[in-house]
Amino acid sequence: MSSEADILLRMRDVRIDGFADEQWHEIIKGVDLTLRKGEVLGLIGESGAGKSTLGLAAMGFARPGCRLTGGEILFDGVDLMRASERQKQRLRGARIAYVAQSAAAAFNPAHRLLDQTVESGIRHGVLRPDNARETAVELYRAMDLPDPEHFGDRFPHQVSGGQLQRAMTAMAMACRPDLIVFDEPTTALDVTTQVNVLAAMRGAVKRFDTAAIYITHDLAVVAQMADRIKVLRHGEEIEEADTETMLRAPKQPYTRSLWAVRSIRKPGEGSADKVLEVRGVTAAYGTRPVLEDVSFDVPRGRTVAVVGESGSGKSTAARVITGLLPPTDGGVRFNGQDLAPDLAGRSKEDLRRIQMIYQMADTAMNPRQTVREIIGRPVQFYFAKTGAEVDARVSELLQMIELDDSFLDRLPGELSGGQKQRICIARALAADPEVIICDEVTSALDQIVQDGILKLLMRLQKDLGVSYIFITHDIATVRAISDEIVVMYQGRVVEKGMKEDILSPPHADYTALLLSSVPEMEVGWLDRTLAAQGDGAA
Amino acid sequence: MHPIIRTILQRLGLGLFTLFLVSIVIFSAIEFLPGDFTEAVLGQAATRETVAAFRHELGLDQPAWIRYFDWIGSVLQGDFGTSFSGRASSGVDRSREVVDLIAPRLMNTLFLAAMTAIIAVPLALFLGVTAALYRNSLYDRIVNAGTLSTISMPEFFVAYILILLLSTLVPVFPTLAAVTPRTPLLERIYLTALPSMTLTLVIVAHMMRMTRAAIINLLASPYIEMARLKGLSGRRVILHHALPNAWAPIVNVIAFNLAYLVVGVVVVEVVFVYPGIGQLMVDAVTARDIPVVQACALIFAATYILLNLLADIISIVTNPRLLHPR
Repeated sequence: MSSEADILLRMRDVRIDGFADEQWHEIIKGVDLTLRKGEVLGLIGESGAGKSTLGLAAMGFARPGCRLTGGEILFDGVDLMRASERQKQRLRGARIAYVAQSAAAAFNPAHRLLDQTVESGIRHGVLRPDNARETAVELYRAMDLPDPEHFGDRFPHQVSGGQLQRAMTAMAMACRPDLIVFDEPTTALDVTTQVNVLAAMRGAVKRFDTAAIYITHDLAVVAQMADRIKVLRHGEEIEEADTETMLRAPKQPYTRSLWAVRSIRKPGEGSADKVLEVRGVTAAYGTRPVLEDVSFDVPRGRTVAVVGESGSGKSTAARVITGLLPPTDGGVRFNGQDLAPDLAGRSKEDLRRIQMIYQMADTAMNPRQTVREIIGRPVQFYFAKTGAEVDARVSELLQMIELDDSFLDRLPGELSGGQKQRICIARALAADPEVIICDEVTSALDQIVQDGILKLLMRLQKDLGVSYIFITHDIATVRAISDEIVVMYQGRVVEKGMKEDILSPPHADYTALLLSSVPEMEVGWLDRTLAAQGDGAA
Repeated sequence: MHPIIRTILQRLGLGLFTLFLVSIVIFSAIEFLPGDFTEAVLGQAATRETVAAFRHELGLDQPAWIRYFDWIGSVLQGDFGTSFSGRASSGVDRSREVVDLIAPRLMNTLFLAAMTAIIAVPLALFLGVTAALYRNSLYDRIVNAGTLSTISMPEFFVAYILILLLSTLVPVFPTLAAVTPRTPLLERIYLTALPSMTLTLVIVAHMMRMTRAAIINLLASPYIEMARLKGLSGRRVILHHALPNAWAPIVNVIAFNLAYLVVGVVVVEVVFVYPGIGQLMVDAVTARDIPVVQACALIFAATYILLNLLADIISIVTNPRLLHPR
């Protein structure tokens, strides 16, 4: 079984440089990788670990700003490190295919899906123009796409994200390649969509006996897809083992720390004292309705998690509460008083008491302002403080977020992702608010960093008594920090209540689907879930 | 109605409205020109009565808004009025209709513009695409440096160098492009060779650089990386995957340059003594021949608006999001 002849891809001591800060740095530091025919290898690690770079190197490809500097990449006997561009072109698309993270960006907006699906097949001479359509339709059917006969006649912008991701797998399959590199293919999808995409991808890989490298940061996902798992960190291999062993008994402390995240649990606590009440809010963008009769309360000093998939209206609810989008009906009460529907009608004091933290800390800060200016601004604006008073307050805030004065004169570009989000938290705290709306604040961060941020937010709540409205699509985060939960679907509240009540059966239909779709870190979860959801539907 | 057709009709309406506003601007600008035709023709020695009589004959004694509506009303009926010149109270009326003055000149200008465009646009696209394909190569640098140097030189200088090279040192083409309405087509092409070469050199750089930049700008897109990872050749990636998404900025620059060919080439006309509309307008401004100036300005404005409208429409129909809504 494990004879040499089975080996499809063998990478030895691969080294890759990346260009940053005017010089080349080694970002992959001598990694070995062996893949047998029909085998699925999971590559996991945090952002910056070099997963995608290594995955692309398996195709002999280096992104602009990267270069392959050493080692050997043998694909079926051909050394891609030394092969000519023409040789590599012949392999790519035909024998090694790629599935990208964002299908919406990876499909060319100018061409129909069918043409793109069969393009490499026709170019490589695997498909003939006259039978290409049939092949594509067959693949669309295999990927469970709706109306496979006509699906390919559409343009990328005319189909949904989950469908595009499946279409991209179909495109990768068009030449029946020996190897597919999946680069975080479901990261951008909602959990309920992810389950079906994962199932379709795994089905296709099994059916055509294709080998795959599956890159992700999500352990639970990789546990469903991979036969073996390799853990990367800072461009080096930490360890590799078959999936079951890896999940049961990781050897290295780093791997164990990855496994251990999301250990935070706090019991939900209620409170009769309501700081904020959303009352029957209906809102629309132009004529397109987005919220319909949304009501929920925020108890003082507690966390309300607003959960739902993209398009469910979570962020729109935040816009209504902050006054950015006046509702067409209903309203928001704060400390028992009605708030003006729009920003112009609210006093400075109203504005001060509700603050926001955003998902992308990067774009939420002015890249040309120092930390001192970013945090100092609300102190000046809301409390009319100047000079030394502002500096003292900024230092105090930095301490609260577990940073020190050495950060005062840094620009956002000089901070890590987690530090940026901490600065955004400090900026919100600078206004001494009663409610902070956290809009997917941990979604763009690695698990370990997420944990740090969540712990910080929980400690601040204990110390300051601030209330959070925590908007997220991530059930694990909800479990970790919420007291109450509001489940939203298509602009309506489908269920709300204390955390323990919502998370334990019986569930509303949508809540059940949402909860059951969150991958769990055990082998065979996907099969059981599909079976269970299938039963439920039948 | 297909949303595209509605958009196009909207743009067309907007274009007409713009043209209306421009006509007001043109008319007012001419009002503010110092001096007037009567003084220019009759000289300073003319008595007040003569001037008044002449002004009355030309209608210049009417209030501005009446003259504006007279003018725009006739223009809407296709009547651009009668030229002021040749009407001097010499007893013999040798004045000519503005249309008769402008039409042959406009035909000449459009001929030169078309001839230049037929060479320059494909050449610029070819150079731009190949420069993007072989970017940072020696070829790319030569194309960039070459086009940049031709655009950096004043047009008349380019013209004189071409005359020196292709007319004096190696006498291939004539220096003077003196065409008449009866010049046959082939001879016309031969006569206008040098002016159109000059203009080609002047406009190619702009369009070529925009084509190159628009394509290179897209090369970092995930779908271009995807195309490469599908094993497609560099040429196919550029022509099939980048270019179709790059049309919008490219056609805008092309439209701008084509408009320049119609409205901005007076210097080149002067150098080659080519009877185009630019020279006519400059002469008319000098002589304060208001109806001719107004008509020329209106034609120029219409050219800009029409070409930009075309560019907009092409941008829209090359964008599948607009052409094929969800």
